[in-house]
Amino acid sequence: MKNVYENEMKLEFLSKSSNESFARITVAAFASQLDPSLEEIADIKTAVSEAVTNCIIHGYEEKEGIIKIKCKLFANSIEIEISDNGKGIEDIEKARQVLYTSKSELERSGMGFTIMESFMDEVKVESVLGVGTKVTMKKMIKVTDGIEEMKVRL
Amino acid sequence: MKVEYEKKDKLLILKITEEIDHHSCEKIKKRADYEIEIHIPKKVVFDFSNVNFMDSSGIGMIIGRYKLVKMFGGKMELINVKPSIKKILEMSGILKLISIEETGGSEFEKCI
Repeated sequence: MKNVYENEMKLEFLSKSSNESFARITVAAFASQLDPSLEEIADIKTAVSEAVTNCIIHGYEEKEGIIKIKCKLFANSIEIEISDNGKGIEDIEKARQVLYTSKSELERSGMGFTIMESFMDEVKVESVLGVGTKVTMKKMIKVTDGIEEMKVRL
Repeated sequence: MKVEYEKKDKLLILKITEEIDHHSCEKIKKRADYEIEIHIPKKVVFDFSNVNFMDSSGIGMIIGRYKLVKMFGGKMELINVKPSIKKILEMSGILKLISIEETGGSEFEKCI
Protein backbone atom coordinates (compact mmCIF):
# COMPACT_ATOMS: atom_id res chain seq x y z
CA MET A 1 0.00 0.00 0.00
CA LYS A 2 1.37 3.31 -1.07
CA ASN A 3 0.60 5.73 1.69
CA VAL A 4 2.87 8.56 0.72
CA TYR A 5 1.00 11.72 -0.03
CA GLU A 6 1.99 13.99 -2.83
CA ASN A 7 0.88 17.33 -1.50
CA GLU A 8 -0.42 18.87 1.70
CA MET A 9 -1.94 22.12 2.92
CA LYS A 10 -3.10 23.51 6.25
CA LEU A 11 -5.65 26.19 6.91
CA GLU A 12 -6.62 27.97 10.13
CA PHE A 13 -9.42 30.49 10.49
CA LEU A 14 -11.87 31.95 12.99
CA SER A 15 -15.20 30.22 13.50
CA LYS A 16 -17.18 32.91 11.73
CA SER A 17 -19.99 31.85 9.42
CA SER A 18 -18.63 34.14 6.71
CA ASN A 19 -15.63 31.77 6.53
CA GLU A 20 -17.77 28.80 5.45
CA SER A 21 -17.57 29.71 1.78
CA PHE A 22 -13.87 30.57 2.11
CA ALA A 23 -13.16 27.11 3.56
CA ARG A 24 -15.02 25.08 0.94
CA ILE A 25 -13.71 27.14 -1.98
CA THR A 26 -10.11 26.85 -0.73
CA VAL A 27 -10.34 23.08 -0.26
CA ALA A 28 -11.98 22.72 -3.69
CA ALA A 29 -9.21 24.79 -5.28
CA PHE A 30 -6.55 22.58 -3.66
CA ALA A 31 -8.41 19.40 -4.69
CA SER A 32 -8.55 20.60 -8.29
CA GLN A 33 -4.90 19.50 -8.63
CA LEU A 34 -6.25 15.94 -8.88
CA ASP A 35 -8.39 16.98 -11.85
CA PRO A 36 -11.69 15.90 -10.32
CA SER A 37 -15.02 16.03 -12.15
CA LEU A 38 -17.48 18.84 -11.48
CA GLU A 39 -19.60 16.42 -9.48
CA GLU A 40 -16.64 15.35 -7.33
CA ILE A 41 -15.78 19.01 -6.65
CA ALA A 42 -19.41 19.75 -5.69
CA ASP A 43 -19.39 16.75 -3.32
CA ILE A 44 -16.17 17.94 -1.64
CA LYS A 45 -17.48 21.51 -1.27
CA THR A 46 -20.70 20.32 0.31
CA ALA A 47 -18.98 17.93 2.74
CA VAL A 48 -16.50 20.64 3.83
CA SER A 49 -19.33 23.13 4.28
CA GLU A 50 -21.21 20.65 6.50
CA ALA A 51 -18.17 19.92 8.67
CA VAL A 52 -17.19 23.58 9.07
CA THR A 53 -20.79 24.57 9.88
CA ASN A 54 -20.82 21.87 12.56
CA CYS A 55 -17.67 23.36 14.14
CA ILE A 56 -19.29 26.82 14.20
CA ILE A 57 -22.78 25.88 15.40
CA HIS A 58 -22.07 22.88 17.61
CA GLY A 59 -18.36 22.92 18.48
CA TYR A 60 -18.12 26.59 19.36
CA GLU A 61 -21.87 27.32 19.64
CA GLU A 62 -21.35 30.50 17.59
CA LYS A 63 -18.64 31.80 19.95
CA GLU A 64 -15.19 32.60 18.67
CA GLY A 65 -12.75 29.77 18.19
CA ILE A 66 -10.28 28.40 15.69
CA ILE A 67 -11.11 25.86 13.01
CA LYS A 68 -8.28 23.90 11.42
CA ILE A 69 -8.30 22.13 8.09
CA LYS A 70 -5.57 19.81 6.88
CA CYS A 71 -5.71 18.38 3.36
CA LYS A 72 -3.57 15.68 1.86
CA LEU A 73 -3.54 14.75 -1.79
CA PHE A 74 -2.68 11.19 -2.77
CA ALA A 75 -2.36 9.83 -6.30
CA ASN A 76 -6.10 9.34 -6.68
CA SER A 77 -7.70 10.52 -3.46
CA ILE A 78 -7.96 13.44 -1.10
CA GLU A 79 -8.02 13.35 2.68
CA ILE A 80 -9.57 16.28 4.53
CA GLU A 81 -9.25 16.71 8.27
CA ILE A 82 -11.46 19.38 9.88
CA SER A 83 -11.08 20.03 13.60
CA ASP A 84 -12.14 22.39 16.36
CA ASN A 85 -11.30 22.84 20.04
CA GLY A 86 -14.92 23.22 20.98
CA LYS A 87 -17.22 21.44 23.35
CA GLY A 88 -17.05 18.00 21.75
CA ILE A 89 -19.79 15.49 20.93
CA GLU A 90 -21.33 13.49 23.76
CA ASP A 91 -22.73 10.66 21.65
CA ILE A 92 -21.13 10.34 18.21
CA GLU A 93 -23.44 7.51 17.12
CA LYS A 94 -26.47 9.64 17.84
CA ALA A 95 -24.99 12.70 16.15
CA ARG A 96 -24.40 10.67 12.98
CA GLN A 97 -28.01 9.47 12.79
CA VAL A 98 -30.08 10.74 9.88
CA LEU A 99 -32.26 13.73 10.82
CA TYR A 100 -30.88 13.91 14.37
CA THR A 101 -30.14 17.47 15.43
CA SER A 102 -29.45 18.95 18.82
CA LYS A 103 -30.36 22.37 17.45
CA SER A 104 -33.85 21.99 16.00
CA GLU A 105 -34.70 25.51 17.15
CA LEU A 106 -32.23 26.79 14.54
CA GLU A 107 -34.09 24.96 11.75
CA ARG A 108 -31.19 22.57 11.32
CA SER A 109 -32.15 19.59 9.20
CA GLY A 110 -29.95 16.98 10.89
CA MET A 111 -28.52 16.00 7.51
CA GLY A 112 -24.92 17.14 8.01
CA PHE A 113 -23.20 13.83 8.77
CA THR A 114 -25.49 11.96 6.36
CA ILE A 115 -24.38 14.26 3.54
CA MET A 116 -20.71 13.89 4.50
CA GLU A 117 -21.08 10.10 4.55
CA SER A 118 -22.81 9.84 1.21
CA PHE A 119 -20.69 12.42 -0.63
CA MET A 120 -17.34 11.14 0.64
CA ASP A 121 -15.95 7.60 0.64
CA GLU A 122 -14.85 7.53 4.27
CA VAL A 123 -15.85 9.66 7.25
CA LYS A 124 -14.23 9.24 10.65
CA VAL A 125 -15.36 11.25 13.68
CA GLU A 126 -13.27 11.58 16.82
CA SER A 127 -14.40 13.70 19.73
CA VAL A 128 -13.52 14.36 23.35
CA LEU A 129 -15.92 16.32 25.54
CA GLY A 130 -14.49 19.72 26.41
CA VAL A 131 -11.48 19.19 24.14
CA GLY A 132 -12.83 19.20 20.60
CA THR A 133 -13.88 17.27 17.53
CA LYS A 134 -12.02 16.05 14.48
CA VAL A 135 -13.70 14.84 11.31
CA THR A 136 -11.51 13.04 8.78
CA MET A 137 -12.98 12.47 5.33
CA LYS A 138 -11.55 10.73 2.32
CA LYS A 139 -12.70 10.84 -1.26
CA MET A 140 -11.44 8.83 -4.18
CA ILE A 141 -10.97 10.87 -7.35
CA LYS A 142 -11.39 8.92 -10.56
CA VAL A 143 -8.38 9.29 -12.79
CA THR A 144 -9.59 10.54 -16.14
CA ASP A 145 -6.38 10.06 -18.02
CA GLY A 146 -7.04 10.16 -21.76
CA ILE A 147 -5.03 6.98 -22.39
CA GLU A 148 -6.88 5.08 -19.66
CA GLU A 149 -10.19 6.15 -21.13
CA MET A 150 -9.15 4.88 -24.54
CA LYS A 151 -8.13 1.53 -23.06
CA VAL A 152 -11.56 1.21 -21.47
CA ARG A 153 -13.25 1.92 -24.78
CA LEU A 154 -11.09 -0.65 -26.59
CA MET B 1 -32.65 38.01 -3.19
CA LYS B 2 -34.92 39.34 -5.91
CA VAL B 3 -38.59 39.47 -5.06
CA GLU B 4 -41.51 39.59 -7.47
CA TYR B 5 -45.16 39.55 -6.49
CA GLU B 6 -48.00 38.90 -8.90
CA LYS B 7 -51.07 40.32 -7.19
CA LYS B 8 -53.64 38.78 -9.53
CA ASP B 9 -52.50 35.21 -8.91
CA LYS B 10 -51.20 35.86 -5.40
CA LEU B 11 -47.91 34.43 -6.60
CA LEU B 12 -44.67 35.26 -4.82
CA ILE B 13 -41.40 34.58 -6.62
CA LEU B 14 -38.25 34.60 -4.55
CA LYS B 15 -35.13 34.44 -6.65
CA ILE B 16 -32.14 33.55 -4.52
CA THR B 17 -28.99 35.16 -5.86
CA GLU B 18 -26.26 33.67 -3.67
CA GLU B 19 -24.84 30.39 -2.42
CA ILE B 20 -27.01 28.89 0.32
CA ASP B 21 -25.14 27.94 3.49
CA HIS B 22 -25.52 28.54 7.23
CA HIS B 23 -24.12 32.06 6.76
CA SER B 24 -26.44 33.25 3.99
CA CYS B 25 -29.48 31.36 5.31
CA GLU B 26 -30.24 33.80 8.12
CA LYS B 27 -30.62 36.68 5.69
CA ILE B 28 -32.65 34.62 3.20
CA LYS B 29 -34.97 33.34 5.96
CA LYS B 30 -35.67 36.83 7.30
CA ARG B 31 -36.43 38.32 3.88
CA ALA B 32 -38.55 35.36 2.73
CA ASP B 33 -40.59 35.32 5.96
CA TYR B 34 -41.19 39.06 5.68
CA GLU B 35 -42.42 38.77 2.08
CA ILE B 36 -44.61 35.74 2.87
CA GLU B 37 -46.14 37.43 5.90
CA ILE B 38 -47.02 40.68 4.13
CA HIS B 39 -48.40 39.07 0.94
CA ILE B 40 -49.91 35.80 2.27
CA PRO B 41 -49.41 34.28 -1.21
CA LYS B 42 -51.29 31.33 -2.65
CA LYS B 43 -48.09 30.08 -4.12
CA VAL B 44 -44.43 30.71 -3.36
CA VAL B 45 -41.84 29.89 -6.00
CA PHE B 46 -38.17 29.70 -5.03
CA ASP B 47 -36.10 30.33 -8.14
CA PHE B 48 -32.73 28.57 -7.91
CA SER B 49 -31.35 29.61 -11.32
CA ASN B 50 -28.60 31.71 -9.68
CA VAL B 51 -27.80 29.23 -6.91
CA ASN B 52 -24.64 27.25 -7.56
CA PHE B 53 -24.20 25.81 -4.09
CA MET B 54 -26.41 24.64 -1.25
CA ASP B 55 -25.64 22.57 1.84
CA SER B 56 -27.98 21.07 4.45
CA SER B 57 -28.63 24.54 5.92
CA GLY B 58 -30.73 25.12 2.79
CA ILE B 59 -32.92 22.12 3.59
CA GLY B 60 -33.76 23.54 7.02
CA MET B 61 -34.44 26.90 5.39
CA ILE B 62 -36.81 25.40 2.78
CA ILE B 63 -38.70 23.27 5.33
CA GLY B 64 -39.12 26.30 7.62
CA ARG B 65 -40.57 28.43 4.78
CA TYR B 66 -42.76 25.53 3.64
CA LYS B 67 -44.32 25.30 7.11
CA LEU B 68 -45.03 29.04 7.10
CA VAL B 69 -46.54 29.04 3.60
CA LYS B 70 -48.67 26.01 4.44
CA MET B 71 -49.89 27.67 7.62
CA PHE B 72 -51.36 30.42 5.43
CA GLY B 73 -52.88 27.81 3.11
CA GLY B 74 -50.40 28.31 0.26
CA LYS B 75 -48.28 26.04 -1.90
CA MET B 76 -44.56 26.00 -2.58
CA GLU B 77 -42.48 25.12 -5.60
CA LEU B 78 -38.79 25.14 -6.52
CA ILE B 79 -37.62 25.97 -10.03
CA ASN B 80 -34.37 25.89 -12.03
CA VAL B 81 -32.58 23.61 -9.55
CA LYS B 82 -29.09 22.49 -10.58
CA PRO B 83 -28.21 18.75 -10.41
CA SER B 84 -25.77 19.08 -7.48
CA ILE B 85 -28.49 20.77 -5.41
CA LYS B 86 -31.16 18.34 -6.54
CA LYS B 87 -28.99 15.52 -5.18
CA ILE B 88 -29.18 17.03 -1.67
CA LEU B 89 -32.91 17.75 -1.93
CA GLU B 90 -33.57 14.16 -2.99
CA MET B 91 -31.52 12.81 -0.12
CA SER B 92 -33.46 14.86 2.42
CA GLY B 93 -36.84 13.56 1.33
CA ILE B 94 -38.43 17.02 1.12
CA LEU B 95 -39.34 16.48 -2.52
CA LYS B 96 -42.25 14.44 -1.21
CA LEU B 97 -43.69 17.72 0.07
CA ILE B 98 -42.34 20.29 -2.36
CA SER B 99 -42.14 19.82 -6.11
CA ILE B 100 -39.37 20.88 -8.47
CA GLU B 101 -40.56 22.32 -11.76
CA GLU B 102 -38.08 21.59 -14.52
CA THR B 103 -38.47 24.41 -17.04
CA GLY B 104 -39.14 27.53 -15.08
CA GLY B 105 -42.88 26.90 -14.71
CA SER B 106 -45.59 28.63 -16.71
CA GLU B 107 -46.49 31.12 -13.96
CA PHE B 108 -42.93 32.27 -13.81
CA GLU B 109 -42.74 32.97 -17.53
CA LYS B 110 -45.95 34.99 -17.38
CA CYS B 111 -44.29 37.26 -14.88
CA ILE B 112 -41.31 38.16 -17.02
